[in-house]
Amino acid sequence: MSQSLKVPTMAECMAEGRQPEILFWVGSAGSYDDRAKKITRAFVKILNKANVDFAVLGTEESCTGDVAKRAGNEFLFQMQAMTNIEILNAYEVKRIVTACPHSYNTLKNEYPQLGGNYQVQHHTQFIEELINDGKLEVGNTAFKGKRVTFHDPCYLGRANEVYEAPRTLLRRLGVDLVEMKRHKRTALCCGAGGAQMFKEPEKGDKDVNVLRTEDALKTKPDVIATGCPYCNTMMTDGVKAKEQENNIQVFDVVELIANAENL
Amino acid sequence: MNIIPNILFAAALILGIGYFARNVKKLVRNIKLGKDVDVSDHKEQRWKNMVRIALGQGKMTRRPVAGILHVIVYIGFIIINIEVLEIIIDGLFGTHRIFKSLGSVYGVLIGAFEVLALLVFVSVVIFWIRRNIIKLSRFWKAEMTSWPKNDGNFILYFEMVLMALFLIMNATDVVFQDMNSGNVISQYIAPWFSGVSEGTLHLIERSAWWLHILGILVFLNYLYYSKHLHILLAFPNTYFGKVNPKGQLNNLQAVTDEVKMMMDPNVDPFAAPEETGAESDVPDKFGASDVQDLNWVQLLNAYTCTECGRCTSECPANQTGKKLSPRKIMMDTRDRLEEVGKNIDANNGVFKDDGKQLLGDYITNEELWACTTCNACVEACPVSIDPLSIIIDMRRYLVMEQSAAPMELNNMMSNIENNGAPWPYNQMDRLNWKDEN
Ligand code: SF4
Ligand code: SF4
Repeated sequence: MSQSLKVPTMAECMAEGRQPEILFWVGSAGSYDDRAKKITRAFVKILNKANVDFAVLGTEESCTGDVAKRAGNEFLFQMQAMTNIEILNAYEVKRIVTACPHSYNTLKNEYPQLGGNYQVQHHTQFIEELINDGKLEVGNTAFKGKRVTFHDPCYLGRANEVYEAPRTLLRRLGVDLVEMKRHKRTALCCGAGGAQMFKEPEKGDKDVNVLRTEDALKTKPDVIATGCPYCNTMMTDGVKAKEQENNIQVFDVVELIANAENL
Repeated sequence: MNIIPNILFAAALILGIGYFARNVKKLVRNIKLGKDVDVSDHKEQRWKNMVRIALGQGKMTRRPVAGILHVIVYIGFIIINIEVLEIIIDGLFGTHRIFKSLGSVYGVLIGAFEVLALLVFVSVVIFWIRRNIIKLSRFWKAEMTSWPKNDGNFILYFEMVLMALFLIMNATDVVFQDMNSGNVISQYIAPWFSGVSEGTLHLIERSAWWLHILGILVFLNYLYYSKHLHILLAFPNTYFGKVNPKGQLNNLQAVTDEVKMMMDPNVDPFAAPEETGAESDVPDKFGASDVQDLNWVQLLNAYTCTECGRCTSECPANQTGKKLSPRKIMMDTRDRLEEVGKNIDANNGVFKDDGKQLLGDYITNEELWACTTCNACVEACPVSIDPLSIIIDMRRYLVMEQSAAPMELNNMMSNIENNGAPWPYNQMDRLNWKDEN
């Protein structure tokens, strides 16, 4: 049941002599990670459905450098950043949407000093806007009335104080939004940030993602929702570690919406 | 008239304040060992932060019990110090309760002080119980070795004694009790001394008076050696604290200059750098391995830390048993800075290499690599300290100067260099998701 998606690239748009309104920054996880690719596709389905004039960089996109910077490699980060900025500026990109809070944070906060100035949005903010502008309707959903808890990604929440957009969307879906004891400002990290995703944790008595999953399990959820590909991996692993994968699903907010639209 | 007490008092005052001034000078010198950083931006926001977070204790009440008790002690501390003004004038000029000519206003003032003194006393007792009997876990972490633990308690005893002395002083002051205005609390303490002769009563009153003011002078000088420096430094620290979004890590301009040069085919690598000026000078070191490599705001942070452990108790790494504790990062930075300061004092104003540094001798690689950069510590800190910025600066040193990242991270970084993604996938496959399902 493969469904063909309309995913124009910036290069194609340029060849056709048009300038898309939005650049969708897919990010490395969204491009290569099997689980994250599903999130990417879900978001594109929504973009297609709402007839958003967007494009991706495709093979011209390269890692934002977020992990390199947080691992301490400022050289590599700035090389990545300047390469990307050169391309983005060449295409005269003004607005960027991304489904990855790490890309969001880096593009929005760390590219300006290197000459990259864009209006950057997280996909939940962008979808909220689509709905408010009447470009997208969120109808009934299989998740209506289901208990859903939202895990705040650090780079969306504390780092940039975006707490409401994902929650507003969840409420629109009519789910029963249950908050973990520590949420928003005090949300516990999933354990992936700061380059931890790519290495074994230091010696300790527990993994961070398991601790965070335990927070989530206390709300007795049907679904753990999040808005970050890394958080998604960590929470999915956590649910498996707790042997709850048959009872609890981990979804990105955008997947719940695409599902509501039967996309 | 016997002026010996006045002279003694003046001497104590000069000694107390003089020694304090000496310590402040040392403090400022040590903080200035840090690198310069531009904090001239966002002036309005900075003032607002200071008023809200330091003056208004805006972040303390997030933990309501500790927060409210702390507000009481804080207000009590400030207001009761108005009384110190009277004590100083009395002490210098041999007067007795010089402000009592204010009449009923004086009664109201002293009455308020007495109530506050009692409230502070009670709050401090509760603080002590939380630390020592309930043993709140954040006061019992690994870095809370004997000195930090004792320091926390000393200050509580100090406050208890000062408040008690203030009330006893009022209770045994016959003239003041006879005025019967403002003695809202002390009138209930006065009867404890009912069997005592007037002479002894006067002696007790004088002793309490002297001990109270001497206690305050000692307290003032204890600050420098204690986490209680925060009662002064919280103000500049919240002003100079981070104003950018928490997720934004600072940009290293020196790296920018080099990368620009590398990427620009038109740049003559041998040409003298223009326009960027002094900033473009290649630093002797990327990142930080010792306190002098940090900037002065980070060093101010270290002196401001109250060792409250709010950061550590929210840290995901610490909660899962890793060695990392953001509070320890701040305490280590301060301890090392003090060590460097003493070294400078002992060597006529110049630092003599002591074969030690912050990295390795205080903070280990293992701690640094355990951080998820989640900003929970920064969010939790009631005085706007940023432990994460120090962790990142030290990681920068490890990676850019020593290539000492964990192996998996080195692999990840070479993937980024080679194929523009942290995984070993071909950049040409970046859009494949489009046609998969
Ligand atoms: S940023 Fe690092 S040190 Fe601070 S709370 Fe998070 S993991 Fe701990
Ligand atoms: S850094 Fe802040 S939160 Fe952490 S112990 Fe020091 S004062 Fe408390």
